[in-house]
Amino acid sequence: MRRFKRFLRTAGEFFHLLFTHYMGLFGTIILVIMISGAVFAPFLGTIDPQMSGDFENVLVSPNANNWFGTDDLARDVYSQLLYGTRISLMIGLVAASIAVSIGAFVGLIAGFYGGRIDNVLMKIVDFVMTLPHLPLLITLAAIIGPSVWNVVFVVGGIYWPGIARVVRSQVLSIKERPFIEASRCIGGSNAYLMFGEILPNVVPIMFAEAVLMITEAIYAEAVLSFLGLGDPTTISWGSMLHFAFESGVMSSALWWVLPPIMAIITLIVAFSLLGTAITDVMKPGYKEMRGF
Amino acid sequence: MGFKGFILKKAIAAIITVVVIVCVNFVIFRIAPGDPIRMMFRDPRISAEQLEEMRHKYHLDGSMGEQFVYYMKSMAQGDLGISFGSKRPVLELIIERVPNTLMLVLTALTCAIFIGISLGAFAGWRSGTKIDTMILSTALAFYSIPTFALGILLLLLFAYVIPIFPLGGMVTPAAGLHGFAYLRDLLWHMCLPAFTVTLWYIGEYVLFTRSSMMDVLHQDFILTARAKGLKESVVLRTHALRNALLPVVTITGVNLGFAVAGVIEAETVYSWPGAGMLVYDAVMKRDYPLLQGVFLLFACSVVLANFTIDLIYGYIDPRIKVGEG
Repeated sequence: MRRFKRFLRTAGEFFHLLFTHYMGLFGTIILVIMISGAVFAPFLGTIDPQMSGDFENVLVSPNANNWFGTDDLARDVYSQLLYGTRISLMIGLVAASIAVSIGAFVGLIAGFYGGRIDNVLMKIVDFVMTLPHLPLLITLAAIIGPSVWNVVFVVGGIYWPGIARVVRSQVLSIKERPFIEASRCIGGSNAYLMFGEILPNVVPIMFAEAVLMITEAIYAEAVLSFLGLGDPTTISWGSMLHFAFESGVMSSALWWVLPPIMAIITLIVAFSLLGTAITDVMKPGYKEMRGF
Repeated sequence: MGFKGFILKKAIAAIITVVVIVCVNFVIFRIAPGDPIRMMFRDPRISAEQLEEMRHKYHLDGSMGEQFVYYMKSMAQGDLGISFGSKRPVLELIIERVPNTLMLVLTALTCAIFIGISLGAFAGWRSGTKIDTMILSTALAFYSIPTFALGILLLLLFAYVIPIFPLGGMVTPAAGLHGFAYLRDLLWHMCLPAFTVTLWYIGEYVLFTRSSMMDVLHQDFILTARAKGLKESVVLRTHALRNALLPVVTITGVNLGFAVAGVIEAETVYSWPGAGMLVYDAVMKRDYPLLQGVFLLFACSVVLANFTIDLIYGYIDPRIKVGEG
């Protein structure tokens, strides 16, 4: 119970710092709006985004029925946009979680055991980091086929090395601290030391990295879908742009092109603002600087 | 460790990386679910014998071991296979496109380095002021916008709404231009794609130069230089910027992997016939040999670029050369 209270107090302090940081506040507000849009999409005047309309409704400019107009299959752009938010957010969050989990695990093992294990793991990390991400993403996605889960796994499987490095360097310094020694003395196993003692101390750093990782994942999904490697059965912002770009009528249907572009930019900027703010807030000395 | 030892070590590491990339490339294209030949020739009228023949032609028959040996042999001979789509050797298709991509990348990189370093150095010098915040936030914004989104926006703005630039491609088709007129046409087509890629690169340089400049400006030797009564411009140029540029050189190499991404997106949006556009074509046509070749090209060029940067770094960083004498 005391532990929980302490956690609440730390969390409260953290959010207070975050919301008084103007980048953090701004990013959070945008995100809350976009997440609400995604969650409550069915109640916000949308229709089935996949449903093709009447033939004479093809590429209609914005009006009372279709707030953002329609695309070349007479589908409602506004509905596509809101439902697309779901895909972008979902893929961003899940892929980033996978990347962070793999990265944290590899980083923990490498930093904790050191020696040869560390050497081998870091060689792998260096190698994956050398590979150009987008060509690798495209190649993998093209080969294992387009589906939401493939995109998630491919993105998650490629972006973990950065996290692994950050976690490793943290672990290297934390494992030398006295409380680890103490914990080992009272019989803590390696696994307990790694996941019970060291991991909780790495989480704050991981948190900032994870938020920035989400922007990478959203970006990756958008590019893949834009290149036609997205899931053909769902609608995402990237795939909207793909169809608009392929249709050849992009220039005369700005209402079809601009919303997804703006949405991608807004979401990525919101997460970058939040990530930068969290990194700032977590910096040692920030609290004191703000008079806490 | 002397300079020669340093080069040797880096060269061996680069060669090992390339070999591993080649092996990974083999594995990636074998984990595909289903038969690549079947995926390529979906027409049900093709008989099993014909498929078998195709498989033999593309060396996709035989055991994994045999395939691997054949693959490594042909790689060593510089044979990247034959494109499914155009039935021409992949290497030939790629070599055709490389100059176009290089032209775009080098132009954008040069612009980005000059503008980015100047802006970053200025922002670092005037850190904390309004103009610093302005430069920093603009750079951050362009850095986080996906290149293809930025490309489409610029394309719509400068080719449709205000039609001052062409819609895409590299030269006006069938215009039959020669000499100076051809060059002008080419540059005119290159403006938008190069501008897009530049905008994306700049962010990185601004951020790095700025923070590096801020670090250097706090050091004692800058204080000494100022105390000697040197002009501020001299302090900045010969004392601060020179030292601040060291880490900036490194990121040019480290971030080339990401730079490649920008090129693929920009080339696709502007139909610039470079190697990046080839990726899009290969994906659209499910042309695996071509995709494999282009992936190899990009991966190897990143390794090569990193190696070059290491060389430059070894040359300009006095700490590496010390052991030589």
